[in-house]
Amino acid sequence: MTAPSGAAAPTEPAPAQPGTDPDLLYSEPEEDLRAAVRSLLADRGGPAAVLADLESGRAYDTGLWRPLAAGMGTAGLLVPEKLGGQGASAREAAVVLEELGRAVAPVPYLTSAVLAVTALLGCETDRPEVTAPLAALAAGRGVGVLAVPLPTAPGTLPEPSVRADADGLLTGEVTGVADAAAADMLLVPADGPYGYALYAVDASAGGVRVAPGVPLDLTRVPARITLDRAAGRLLAGQDTARAAVTGALLTGAGLLASEQLGIAEWCLTETVRYTAQRTQFGRPVGSFQALKHRMAALWLDVASARAAARNAADALATGGPDAPVAVAVAQAYCAPVAVRAAEECIQLHGGIGMTWEHPAHLFLKRAKADEIALGTPGRHRAALAELVDIPAP
Amino acid sequence: MTDRTRESGRLDAGELRRRTADLLVSCPPAETAPLDFLRARFDAGLAWVHFPQGLGGLDAPRALQVVVDAELEAAGAPDNDPRRIGIGLGMAAPTILRFGTDEQKRRFLRPLWTGEEVWCQLFSEPGAGSDLAALATRAVRDEDGTGWVVDGQKVWTSGAHQARWAILIARTDPELPKHRGITYFVCDMTDPGVEVRPLRQITGEAEFNEVFLTGVRIPDAHRLGAVGEGWKVAQTTLMNERVAIGGARQPREGGMIGVAARAWRERPGARTHDLHQRLLRHWVDAEVARLTGERLRQQLAKGHPGPEGSGMKLAFARLAQQISGWEVEFLGEDGLAYDDWTLRRPEGVDFTGRQAGYRYLRAKGNSIEGGTSEVLLNIVAERVLGLPPEPRTDKDAAWKDLPR
Repeated sequence: MTAPSGAAAPTEPAPAQPGTDPDLLYSEPEEDLRAAVRSLLADRGGPAAVLADLESGRAYDTGLWRPLAAGMGTAGLLVPEKLGGQGASAREAAVVLEELGRAVAPVPYLTSAVLAVTALLGCETDRPEVTAPLAALAAGRGVGVLAVPLPTAPGTLPEPSVRADADGLLTGEVTGVADAAAADMLLVPADGPYGYALYAVDASAGGVRVAPGVPLDLTRVPARITLDRAAGRLLAGQDTARAAVTGALLTGAGLLASEQLGIAEWCLTETVRYTAQRTQFGRPVGSFQALKHRMAALWLDVASARAAARNAADALATGGPDAPVAVAVAQAYCAPVAVRAAEECIQLHGGIGMTWEHPAHLFLKRAKADEIALGTPGRHRAALAELVDIPAP
Repeated sequence: MTDRTRESGRLDAGELRRRTADLLVSCPPAETAPLDFLRARFDAGLAWVHFPQGLGGLDAPRALQVVVDAELEAAGAPDNDPRRIGIGLGMAAPTILRFGTDEQKRRFLRPLWTGEEVWCQLFSEPGAGSDLAALATRAVRDEDGTGWVVDGQKVWTSGAHQARWAILIARTDPELPKHRGITYFVCDMTDPGVEVRPLRQITGEAEFNEVFLTGVRIPDAHRLGAVGEGWKVAQTTLMNERVAIGGARQPREGGMIGVAARAWRERPGARTHDLHQRLLRHWVDAEVARLTGERLRQQLAKGHPGPEGSGMKLAFARLAQQISGWEVEFLGEDGLAYDDWTLRRPEGVDFTGRQAGYRYLRAKGNSIEGGTSEVLLNIVAERVLGLPPEPRTDKDAAWKDLPR
């Protein structure tokens, strides 16, 4: 290697290695959990039933949410037992999200059981203002959402667009809040009398208006929340509040990778199944090399996405310092894989892939919206540039 | 793992540590010649612990090898040079273990492992690359029926100029369809009929060779597996080759991406936004490939080998080509220079050594050697995904009737 041209820059240290070896496999209890969730989703009728349900005009599939969240206890996986949850970890929640992604299920799991729950866990959990809503969400007795725009990436916390006065009355507007129309409880970051703070607001309280828009992803609807002197209960202030919201976004982004993995898996499996059966030119189209190679390349990407998603889930579960890197890698990698899998699914299905009646479009819409959710791949790569010392020019 | 090994009556990590300590006491590395130490290590069953007793192993779980390796490395014990003997360790040894006679295992495995005898692989031919089963090298029974006479030409043979032995596949029955008329042999590279010629590559060096086989005599005792079963035996070799190529354990920023990242940190003046974006993508891809390999290793350790092994070589080849191409571009004026075009015959391939231009050119081979990426994608599509096979016209025809 020749010497660097010009004055040599000071040699900067290489990024820290991950502390302990991550466990990238699935444990037996995790596989049991997967089997239970998959069986529940299959009973609901799969993606075809999702499509029918979307025409009902409900904010989410309540008939699926209740047995999933309350019946099976998945809503409380991230919550310690003494706070009314299951005392499991991000690893188990990730398995649930894989299955929900595979079924493109319209339930507020990511928003309520992951984002809202983690935000509450980041507050002081010995205060009843925090423990009461936490216990309710963990038991699946209601849906909570963190009132930040869905595209917000961890580490890029925007200044709140809501102001709180000294009486705890909140005024302002937050856009793009996923599943807000399904929520009983809003966790609202606001600029309060003492700076950044997190408040709980009942969705049914006076002065609260939630207006869902027409979404790209029919299964996770963002809405505009307008607050006009709505009563809020203070959950946390300043640094605690910031850390709680940032931590929730980090966990959400890391676990979203598992949902993306599930989406990609369904798309690949269905495409392989369909192309092996569909005949053109006297052969199954899946026997043509041009198509086989595309599916094989996708398989490799899905297998790699699984390693990345598991690594993020494990890093979040162990709470190690490597979690921000693991999450950024998982999001930068898994988001485009899910989109490509869904796009290939539609293309390789031919005409049927373009129809409303075939569920492939649900996966494409979810995958594309997921690519924006909790930070685009570009934002996560920008975060990595800092974290692993690949500085921008 | 510990509980499982106890149940099956196999050795556990503690017992292996004890045996490693015993070896270090009886042969202190500082006072023992490296070769003597390696022989003693083999005889103690600590060479490859999952091999049978008496053949360098202890019938222990494969995953426990790391326990032994870590102890020996910490003690400063000599290593058998895995780069120089890669083909022997990665391909010949697992094949001999699975298909060899007791006599063959005893004769070949010990000097193979210690590095005393280097191995090469006589598989590919000018007319049989991806379609390896089309090979034309002939092996015919000699006059007294105790052995074989081999004639033909092989190519892309790395290490042939250093090798004492070769694994060889040759056609023994041209009347049969191409996959069924092949037999697998161990070839003595010192036989007078073996001629090795360096094959110069785009890097300027001659890492590979052409090998001409003229009246090479191979005793029947050096046949591996049954006559006509050579294709089946070769599958074991090829499977292990692909695992060996894609399977090295890496730390974060190990391998080529580490070289690229260091170059980026050292040359702030060469940075552009476009190169930054691309480097970050490569960094993510390299980290995910590392994690995928790690996940595969964890599956293997639990005794559940996943199909990911088939794909790791694909990922490795693509990454190496993208990162080395990026680096030449990043170096700008320095990227216009090349370190050395001298015809050299390196002992092994070093994917982070030499200079960016060399790595860029050498990486072109990564998607060709050991199975092209196109062939591997077919294998993944058919064997992992279960997609219908390509229509074939050559499968049932006698080899001698195929167009060539």
